[in-house]
Amino acid sequence: MKSLFYVILFCFPVLTFAQKEPTKTDKALIEVLGNCKMCKSRIEKAAIGVKGVKYASWDIQSGQLQLIYNGLKTNVDSIEKQIAAVGHDTEHHAAIEKVYDQLPACCQYVREGQDPKPGQIMKH
Amino acid sequence: MIMYKYICIIFFSFGFVNAQGLVSGTVYGDNPDNPLPGASVYWFDSQIGTVSDIDGYFSIQKLASTDKLIISYVGYKTDTLTVRGAQRITHVLQSKENEDLDEVVVSQRKKSSQLSFLSTQNIMNVSSDELLKAACCNLSESFETNPAIDVNFDNAITGVKQVQMMGLPSPYLLFTEENIPFVRGASQVYGLSFTPGTWVESLQITKGAGSVINGYESMTGQINAELKKPMTSERLFLNLFRSFEGRNELNFHTKGSFSEKLTTSLFAHYNEIVERNDSNADGFMDMPQSQQINVLSRIQYVDLQKGWVSFFNLRFLHDDKLLGQVDFDPKAHKNTSSVWGSEINTKRYESTLKIGYVFPQLPYQSFGAQFAYSDHDQQSYFGLRPYDIRHKSSYANLLFNSILSNTSQKFKVGLQFASDQYSETVEGTQLNHKDQSIGTFFEYSYDSLEKFNMVLGLRFDYHNNIGAFVTPRAHIRYAFSDASTVRFSMGSGRRVAAVFAENQKLFTSGRSINVPNLQHHHFGLLPERAWNYGVSYLRSLQIDTVPINLNIDLFRTEFVNQVVVDWETLGQVSFYNLSGNSFANSVQLGMDARLFRLIDTRLAYKYYDVQTDYKTGRMQKPLQPKHRYFFNAGYVGDKWRMDATYQFTGKQRIPSTLLDPNGFESDPFGLINTQLTYLPKPNLELYIGAENLNDFRQDNPIQSFDQPFSSFFDSSLVYAPVYGQMMYIGMRYSL
Repeated sequence: MKSLFYVILFCFPVLTFAQKEPTKTDKALIEVLGNCKMCKSRIEKAAIGVKGVKYASWDIQSGQLQLIYNGLKTNVDSIEKQIAAVGHDTEHHAAIEKVYDQLPACCQYVREGQDPKPGQIMKH
Repeated sequence: MIMYKYICIIFFSFGFVNAQGLVSGTVYGDNPDNPLPGASVYWFDSQIGTVSDIDGYFSIQKLASTDKLIISYVGYKTDTLTVRGAQRITHVLQSKENEDLDEVVVSQRKKSSQLSFLSTQNIMNVSSDELLKAACCNLSESFETNPAIDVNFDNAITGVKQVQMMGLPSPYLLFTEENIPFVRGASQVYGLSFTPGTWVESLQITKGAGSVINGYESMTGQINAELKKPMTSERLFLNLFRSFEGRNELNFHTKGSFSEKLTTSLFAHYNEIVERNDSNADGFMDMPQSQQINVLSRIQYVDLQKGWVSFFNLRFLHDDKLLGQVDFDPKAHKNTSSVWGSEINTKRYESTLKIGYVFPQLPYQSFGAQFAYSDHDQQSYFGLRPYDIRHKSSYANLLFNSILSNTSQKFKVGLQFASDQYSETVEGTQLNHKDQSIGTFFEYSYDSLEKFNMVLGLRFDYHNNIGAFVTPRAHIRYAFSDASTVRFSMGSGRRVAAVFAENQKLFTSGRSINVPNLQHHHFGLLPERAWNYGVSYLRSLQIDTVPINLNIDLFRTEFVNQVVVDWETLGQVSFYNLSGNSFANSVQLGMDARLFRLIDTRLAYKYYDVQTDYKTGRMQKPLQPKHRYFFNAGYVGDKWRMDATYQFTGKQRIPSTLLDPNGFESDPFGLINTQLTYLPKPNLELYIGAENLNDFRQDNPIQSFDQPFSSFFDSSLVYAPVYGQMMYIGMRYSL
């Protein structure tokens, strides 16, 4: 019993550290699927539209979205949801089919787990 | 105790691995119908890897240490994927044979000068390609292929050209070099000829009030010149130019890198006009005999990791001009009334330091500091009229950029200090004058990321000769669609005129000078103040395969106070404060089209209505055409480049002369400039060109040229070229 106490005692600070307190300028790098410049402006606009997001920059080459946001006002999950809502799949949220289908042709990125369709832009 | 620690670590790391999860997927070769068995799939910089099965399927535990997954197969290009967590991957490898084919380069040639659809302000960006169209030679000549700017003839003897925007001359237009004001005060008249065209990387021409961050002086617009940066400039550049009437130019640029962070470059320029030309046989040289040495040394320091960028410039200029009657010999004729002649000797030192810092953790936040010092010394005499000016100028600007809630709402805030110290000798009278100001500014910009943008600026300054004042400026942009944009702008500007320095052409005349009060502070002339309002509309459309841009600009500049320069009375020039109205209205209609995907054409029409209440009543500004047409066509190929410009200048009002005491209207005329460039190798350019190809000349550009020491002698009433056709050849070589 005593040993379990030590285990908890030791693990607790490590875990709380790993959890990290939200701050006013939290940073995150998340993967967002997309292809082109039009995608870039749509993704960034959706991210900036979330209250608390200060900066969003999506890199076309890597598909990485760099975020700076107020962690007291929002979190990565809400931002991902907003991005998925405009048609772009993120790590944890997929866009609904209907929204994805309405994206312009050049933005029809290859979705996870789906085979590329003819004419689709492949990224590696 | 130690064991418990291990338990903790194991417990913790287990949770970690678990959270990373499993990455699975399928590898294909070239197309999604061809699964690749036996492809290597492994984590970058690790021993952890797997091989795809017979269906190309693989699965691999996500590693915490890396997110780079490498997929390779013999005969195919190796790819690196970024994988941040558990996911399914569909990946198509490209075979190496197809290497040349898998990249389709879609290229479109960028226009060398372009109006922006996206920026809030009415900005035209002019790249160095456009500057090459006018091979010769300095900034004042580089606007001749651009309809937003008019180049006027200032003087029939000095050969100086004057730049105008919206029908108002350059003092009302703010020039900046890398955002530091230049071509001011003593350098107002000749300053543009002190920056060689080959030094310039790009120009930004802003019509309308402009930003508050560069000061309160701009009234009609701003022109910013970006010079070539050491890091991006050519390792070696050589330009040789020769015109058939005896103008030679040499430009030499080189650079040296001390480390990845520190680069220096040297820009050296020499020009001379050796011959004395008198094409109209009035006994006066059509352009001065001259010699200029101009050296700029730059140091650029960049540390991208830490976010520092810095530039240090050191510049030295020596310019000597000899002008007047063809037989003029300074040793024999100076200070005599036998032969009219003039010498203008200018020395200028200049140093600027810019420091920029971008917060590495906050890419939207930055800090900038600019410091500039210049010492301009002009010693000159014009016939029997001596004129010397020394102008020492100091400038400092501190700027902080950041955002309000997010990057769609940005702001700039800063402090500025400026000091201008003039000491002039005007025909024997010593005049000292000092302008000092300190100010603070705030600029807010809002970007809806789509249709609507706005920039609102406000500055508050205290000036020793103006007092405390506020300068507001606003720019609004609304996009009806991607192809159609409207802009509004308004703002105010103030300045203290350096009347003699800015109107040096009065010295190449026999006109006597009238000022309200020579003893009084600044001769009793009040600071100038104007409002500028503008609307512009830009639309792009496509007819067949021809992309077309249309633009309409309407601007009005209205003076609250102006130092009126009155040339109306024969034998006199008067400076006085405006009583009544003074305004400049301008309309510009423009059309750009790319024909046959090869030839860029630009057509513009400009209308100016510039009126001032003179002591003798309201009149159109003299030497200002009401109508101007402009046509430019250019072809850019790999081996050949061609460019031609036609400019039509309408009738101009010429004030009273001895022959026409009531003044007269000049004849309209057109001018053709053209250039042909051949590139035998990509880094070698040979060019040949002609200015004023149709050889148009003003008949008698100098009034009473036969009596140069009389009060009716006047070289300021010039409305057309003094010299006829000018041909030139040259070469550019870069490494």
